[in-house]
Amino acid sequence: MSAKRPVPVPTPETEPYWAAARQGQLVIQRCGDCGEHCFYPRLVCPACMSDALRWVPCSGRATVYSWTEVRRAPGAFADDVPYVVGLVELEEGPRMLTWIRSERPEAVRIGMGVKVAFEPVSDDITLPVFVVDDA
Amino acid sequence: MTAPDFRKRAIIAGVAESDIGRTPHLTELQLHAQAAKRALENAGIAKADVDGILSVTSARAVRMPAIQVAEYLGIIPAYTDSTSIGGSAFEAMVQHAAMAIAAGLCRTCLITYGSTQRSSAARSLTGTAAESWLPAAQFDMPYGLPMMAGAYALAAQRHMHLYGTRPEQLAEIAVAARAWARLNPRAWSREPLTVEDVLASPMISTPLRRLDCCLVTDGGGAVVVTSADRAPDLPHAPIHIWGSAEAHTHSSIAQMPDLTRTPAAITGPAAFNSAGITPRDIDVAEIYDSFTITTLMSLEDLGFCVKGEGGPFSEGGRLGPGGAFPINTHGGGLSYTHPGMFGIFLIIEAVRQLRRECGERQVANANLALCHGTGGALSSGATLILGREAR
Ligand SMILES: [Zn+2]
Repeated sequence: MSAKRPVPVPTPETEPYWAAARQGQLVIQRCGDCGEHCFYPRLVCPACMSDALRWVPCSGRATVYSWTEVRRAPGAFADDVPYVVGLVELEEGPRMLTWIRSERPEAVRIGMGVKVAFEPVSDDITLPVFVVDDA
Repeated sequence: MTAPDFRKRAIIAGVAESDIGRTPHLTELQLHAQAAKRALENAGIAKADVDGILSVTSARAVRMPAIQVAEYLGIIPAYTDSTSIGGSAFEAMVQHAAMAIAAGLCRTCLITYGSTQRSSAARSLTGTAAESWLPAAQFDMPYGLPMMAGAYALAAQRHMHLYGTRPEQLAEIAVAARAWARLNPRAWSREPLTVEDVLASPMISTPLRRLDCCLVTDGGGAVVVTSADRAPDLPHAPIHIWGSAEAHTHSSIAQMPDLTRTPAAITGPAAFNSAGITPRDIDVAEIYDSFTITTLMSLEDLGFCVKGEGGPFSEGGRLGPGGAFPINTHGGGLSYTHPGMFGIFLIIEAVRQLRRECGERQVANANLALCHGTGGALSSGATLILGREAR
């Protein structure tokens, strides 16, 4: 399949996230007023509407909230099947969609511990992914 | 003192489909217009009397669908609505139409839909190319989750994990839909279907197989909502709006507050409350089946069974012809038709059931019907409770 994979185009709002990912760091926003973390990046806190959001590092640890093994994929991903897309819950609270990379995809389970890793997809963009956390 | 319920001020007077299935000779606007013409004829109301237009389309290039449809039909409305919340929009639009009529803004509303999704091959697994600044474009799409199957697969996986729901139970929903479709001459898929057939169909995104997923067809529909005081002049007995509610909880599946609790958990209780009845009072239900899991979780969230029991509830042919709880009596999005969005067809079938027009697939003594639409990635829900008699 010749379709091009969608690669994120950072905006001023999201650039800190992508810049950190390039450096192998996972950062999200935390509200200076109510203390809640949020993801994806925003101008205002979805919990309390404060605009005092600061970028903070994540522990990189998460648990699998749900997952699916993709067997029939969109054009650009057709050659990658099967692969596991997961919805993981960060230790800090927010969830994110990601790839779960595992030698044994059949062993992926809801509630399993995972930790962040990074995969470059272009010169500018590195995607956070998650691998099984043996710790 | 409470104000009288706005829902009592409006009735559904007419419903119709356009040509459906595969209609390469028709554009989306023609499908809107064909359905509109037939629904107005069914209602016995002249186009000149339409002063409210509510239209939406699945073609994202049509940025102002109600304006386009109104121009095409030659309508200059006093009330207009293009509520874009996915497949549940039409249930919400009946509520909006009733509100507008009760408020005196207009007297007769025409709700229309049309899509050439099959002929134009518009359904792409990657989803429609999004504006790059949208959150989903940056944080979801790079991971190649098939749209929409992948999102619903994530919900199904978690439901199975929490409640032990089995693929065979999801398959029962597709099998029941097919059994109904076999009684509907307009249905797209009418060959016999078994649980084994569903389980043997190709896996798309675990745990959802091809036959857990809705059809891709062309088609349109229209619904005419008018002022209740017009009812005596119309050819059909009016269909009454007993209850209604709408809600949405997220856009991306990644932001869904709880993957196994759909917006129906909000709209179901609210709609029953507005109708003054309970789930036990419903005779026939038309519940959006974009995927088998959509229906299974909606059954729970609407209160037809308790949370987690949707699997056992769907077993044993309960949902099919002759079963104790008939749903999706036209064959649903799984077997009847699914042109991009299905919500308007839920209303059309409910009205026909309440009018007792359904022939072989008629549910006996259908007096109260529920329609529940689901839109997006389990994002939106809208519930309607319709009655053969006035509330
Ligand atoms: Zn806050």
